[in-house]
Amino acid sequence: MTATSPSPSALHPAPAAARPDRRPSPRLRLPFHAWHLLLAPLSLLFALPLIWVVLSSAMSDAEINRFPPALWPSGIDLGGYRYVLGNAMFPRWFANSLIVSLVAVVSNLLLGSLGGYAFARMRFAGSRLLLALMLGTMVIPFQLTMIPTFLVMKRLGLIDTLGALIVPSLVTPFAVFLLRQFFLSLPRELEEAAWLDGCSRLRVLFRIVLPLSRPALSTVAVLTFLTTWNDLSWPLIAINHDTQYTLQLGLTTFQGQHHTKWSAVMAGNVVTVLPVLLAFLFAQKSFIQSITSSGLKG
Amino acid sequence: MPRLPTPLTLADPGTDTDTGRGRRAARRRQRRETTTAWAFVSPSVLVILGLSVVPVAWSLLLSFQADDLVTPSRWVGPDNYRALVQDPHFSQAVRNTVLYTVLYVPLSIALGLALALALNQRIRLVGLYRTLIFVPFVVSATAQGVLFSFILDPEFGAANSVLHKLGISPQGFLTDPGQALLALVAISLWSGTGFCVVVTLAALQDVPPSLVEAARLDGAGRRHLLRHVTLPALAPVLTFLTVWQTINALQVFDLVYVTTKGGPLGSTTVIVYFIWEQAFKNFTAGYGAAAAYALALALLVLGTVPRTVRAVRGRARADHRLEGAAR
Repeated sequence: MTATSPSPSALHPAPAAARPDRRPSPRLRLPFHAWHLLLAPLSLLFALPLIWVVLSSAMSDAEINRFPPALWPSGIDLGGYRYVLGNAMFPRWFANSLIVSLVAVVSNLLLGSLGGYAFARMRFAGSRLLLALMLGTMVIPFQLTMIPTFLVMKRLGLIDTLGALIVPSLVTPFAVFLLRQFFLSLPRELEEAAWLDGCSRLRVLFRIVLPLSRPALSTVAVLTFLTTWNDLSWPLIAINHDTQYTLQLGLTTFQGQHHTKWSAVMAGNVVTVLPVLLAFLFAQKSFIQSITSSGLKG
Repeated sequence: MPRLPTPLTLADPGTDTDTGRGRRAARRRQRRETTTAWAFVSPSVLVILGLSVVPVAWSLLLSFQADDLVTPSRWVGPDNYRALVQDPHFSQAVRNTVLYTVLYVPLSIALGLALALALNQRIRLVGLYRTLIFVPFVVSATAQGVLFSFILDPEFGAANSVLHKLGISPQGFLTDPGQALLALVAISLWSGTGFCVVVTLAALQDVPPSLVEAARLDGAGRRHLLRHVTLPALAPVLTFLTVWQTINALQVFDLVYVTTKGGPLGSTTVIVYFIWEQAFKNFTAGYGAAAAYALALALLVLGTVPRTVRAVRGRARADHRLEGAAR
């Protein structure tokens, strides 16, 4: 109707009085959307503590340790960073965390793919029961298993070594299940062609399936990295000697020992958070997607 | 399986050996397939089941024993559980945990819902706002704890310095028994709200636009739209978030360990901190295992809540439909 006969108001703009709802309001008109007034300060409030860490990591201790403390550094003082990186332990803790997290990521990708593929495409006796059991373990809270896991690791002679941190994080049911679901969503035909050409299952998985599974693999990688890097409870139980500390464990004890050397503690904090922050910013989209999808299906 | 008798003797000997060979080859292939499958799954099965089923059973056993993690354990029967019921420290831990959960869960979900509704606008910079609100979620509990110990430090912290400028006397925050738990709730809200926002926002964007449009054409205002269209559509997600946040809140530990170590005066000793203290500080692992089993049972019951709610709701809906049919 509107296409054939344009509305009269479009041809002859009605006087403002005729349409009271469109009258320019006497209120102050903002040059931007009103929602910004609420969202900008709120989101800044969430970012503020992190900004504050970065600022104070670049302050001198004299600036921090006076009352009231300075809220803005007068100049950039990298003494905190120099102290942290010069402290023989900190780089070592960083390396320990990196080793544990990277081994966990690689092994979750590898073992998760193998297990997920077998559960998605291969028929073998007991596969359903096994999958159900593995999924069932996802609801077991960590506190229930931590004491016996400590005893198991002790029998294996792994307590106080990075091995104790690596073994339990080698593969999670989450990785197996997520990859299985993704593999199920891929068309079978591609694999069947290769299969008929005489490729082995392993070859099909590595040459055809995995290259198509980038999104699922990156989700597993990012979430595995995040949880292993950020974990404190298990390293706290499994590690006593400070040469084997992870960064999280090191940071807490470092804070306990240097609680007046705040610039160093904050520099250490920046170093601890930075890798995860970078990983998040690079993979933000797949990250948020994975959280919402795993959450909603939860 | 009922099968017609096969005329074996009359069959062509050539084809017979052929199918026999084919069947044998198929069986061999199936056997090889099974071997491959087991080779694929066995590392995962070994790690996952080995480090969950075995410990769960062992934990149950431990909870009926006295064990110091070093010397052989001694059977004590239900003594650990009996002691747990009477232990004032445990009941304090339960009270603290419940208080933390009751404050944190509704606040994080309400705040998450409000922020998600605000972020569900087609305006500029909305992506940046979302990122800023979500970013604290990826910060480890350790880093959060260290960061807020600094900000809330009674002497050198920024919080007191801001209060000072506003003319308010300095507060104890994490060092004050009356404020410590509240401070922990606030820190958790800072880091945990982003998760609620992201999950709620995803659900909001799944609300069918046709539904909203139809309601609007029927003359629904903004408030009606929220109450009768948006919130009902979000109900499953809000239920999920409630259960998820509650389960996580009941297991809070890292943040407590880093900031207060259960203090001051036990005002922030939560259940998991109690378990950890019993097992790895006091070396009464059997007692800790009993506390862990008590918590796990509570979590298990909670985990079944959404299913029960759904079942009850489904039945109510069915009843309603039956009534309608009867009329």
